[in-house]
Amino acid sequence: MALLILILAQAVYAQTSSVTASPSTDVNARLARLEQQTAEAKSSADNAWMLTSAALVLMMTGPGLALFYSGLVRKKNVLATMMQSFALMAVITVLWGVFSYSLSFGPGNGFIGGFQNLFLKGVGGAPDADYAATIPAQTFMVYQLMFAIITPGLIAGAFAERMKFSAMLVFMVLWSIIVYDPMAHMVWGKGGLLNASLGGRFPTLDFAGGTVVHVTSGVSALVCALYLGKRVGYPKAPMLPHSVVLSFIGACLLWVGWFGFNAGSALGAGSLATSAFVATHFAAAAAAVGWAAAEWIRNGKPSVLGGISGAVAGLVAITPAAGFVRPMPAIFIGLIAGVFCYWMVAKVKGMFGYDDSLDAFGVHGAGGTLGAILTGIFAVSAVNPIFKDSQGNALPSGLLEGNAHQLLNQLVGVAIAWALAIVGTLVILKLVDLTLGLRVSEEEEVQGLDLSQHGEEGYYWETPA
Amino acid sequence: MTKIEAIIQNSKLEAVKTALQEIGVEGMTVLEVRGHGRQKGHTEVYRGREYSVDLIPKTKIEMVLPDALVEKAEQAILNAARTGKIGDGKIFRSRVDEAIRIRNDERGEGAL
Repeated sequence: MALLILILAQAVYAQTSSVTASPSTDVNARLARLEQQTAEAKSSADNAWMLTSAALVLMMTGPGLALFYSGLVRKKNVLATMMQSFALMAVITVLWGVFSYSLSFGPGNGFIGGFQNLFLKGVGGAPDADYAATIPAQTFMVYQLMFAIITPGLIAGAFAERMKFSAMLVFMVLWSIIVYDPMAHMVWGKGGLLNASLGGRFPTLDFAGGTVVHVTSGVSALVCALYLGKRVGYPKAPMLPHSVVLSFIGACLLWVGWFGFNAGSALGAGSLATSAFVATHFAAAAAAVGWAAAEWIRNGKPSVLGGISGAVAGLVAITPAAGFVRPMPAIFIGLIAGVFCYWMVAKVKGMFGYDDSLDAFGVHGAGGTLGAILTGIFAVSAVNPIFKDSQGNALPSGLLEGNAHQLLNQLVGVAIAWALAIVGTLVILKLVDLTLGLRVSEEEEVQGLDLSQHGEEGYYWETPA
Repeated sequence: MTKIEAIIQNSKLEAVKTALQEIGVEGMTVLEVRGHGRQKGHTEVYRGREYSVDLIPKTKIEMVLPDALVEKAEQAILNAARTGKIGDGKIFRSRVDEAIRIRNDERGEGAL
């Protein structure tokens, strides 16, 4: 192995030296060359991590989320639930290439991007220095695409087992354009109203999508659950998860994929990525402990579903904070999120009686809102010097560091995400309801979506030998 | 000919099967079933929602025997399947008019 590397190195050296064997021995030229090579090496390292991260985030949707959600439904709906995630992998990708990337990250106003990058025009191998100076703009584009895929996928938990597939597709496409793209632009896009590093009016700290991904999807999920109404028979008929085993595998894949989601949001392979990675892991672990402990105390038994739901809640809550907080606050955020989200799904949902079938609001809406607010408290400039004065010195980030104003900005960010999600989702639901109709017929719902929407069954035991 | 249907605890299947084979029972059909008698079910809790599960998984063994073997078979099942707690199951006995071996149309006890 070592010998092989030696031979390769020799070959590369021979090649470069033959190319650069010009008479110029000018020190400046050599320095410039060295600088360029250093930059290229860094770019390669960053790009390797970012492509890996993009793949990890895609894995969160399929199979991660698909398994997590489909294990929680009854077995007559297992395929339809998987298909909701999978369809987004296909449909949102096409949208993103044609215009959604441009609407999200292209230059525009404070609320939405423009049409400059339509059909990915100008999105190639050269970096876009405003977003990520060391990786190709195309890497940034495809990485962000994976976020645009999973976000609407999370909403599907609220209308599981009763929405028409056609209506779901149209809803998701419109939601992606009307809610996701503007929110992504406001928080992460150049000149976005809430952008923390590119001159936003209310700089909101959202490292990996607490507001953009989880608050928008979670709150929209609640609106969907309220608008669509309960499943036939809910809450009297038993609707047990048909396979906590599938959900377990899905949740563990989500946990791993989340490293791409959060540590990848450093947009490079440096120490910030490490910091986000560590915070993510610690929060997930602490939240699993928190949820399971709360359940143990209340029911006398810690359940597997409780443990994995807690981990997901912690991952949600740490998402906005990951690249801003130290490990110990991450543990704290996770613990709080685990207990809080447990209370939301086990107690609050029952009090109000809405059928958020798979708890998309209780976990993502509640956990995302909590995380966004806690980020404003625990963010420190030592982890990520995001605010700087005119001389380039780091300014305090969060409340505990002395920047009380940041808490206000976080609340503004959260409020805008809630408002956009509520209004946007209501309008889209109304539109789809009036044209296609949202729900399957009662007969189809009883039969199950697998057969009525897709003409298939997930488990067909009577297969001929 | 007599049909015996025994509903037993899942964990007792191996013991019952062995006991029946020892007294010379040659054929049986085993089904995984769910049901309840006097035994109350249990509750399961998923994300704070309680579900009472009252149909409990059990194993049902069906066999059709020559009348001479019936008493011995019933005793074998009783001995092997009993734990003394609620939920041990039941045995039902009924008359069978005819048995036919599909392969060669053999009839009566010879077909068992």
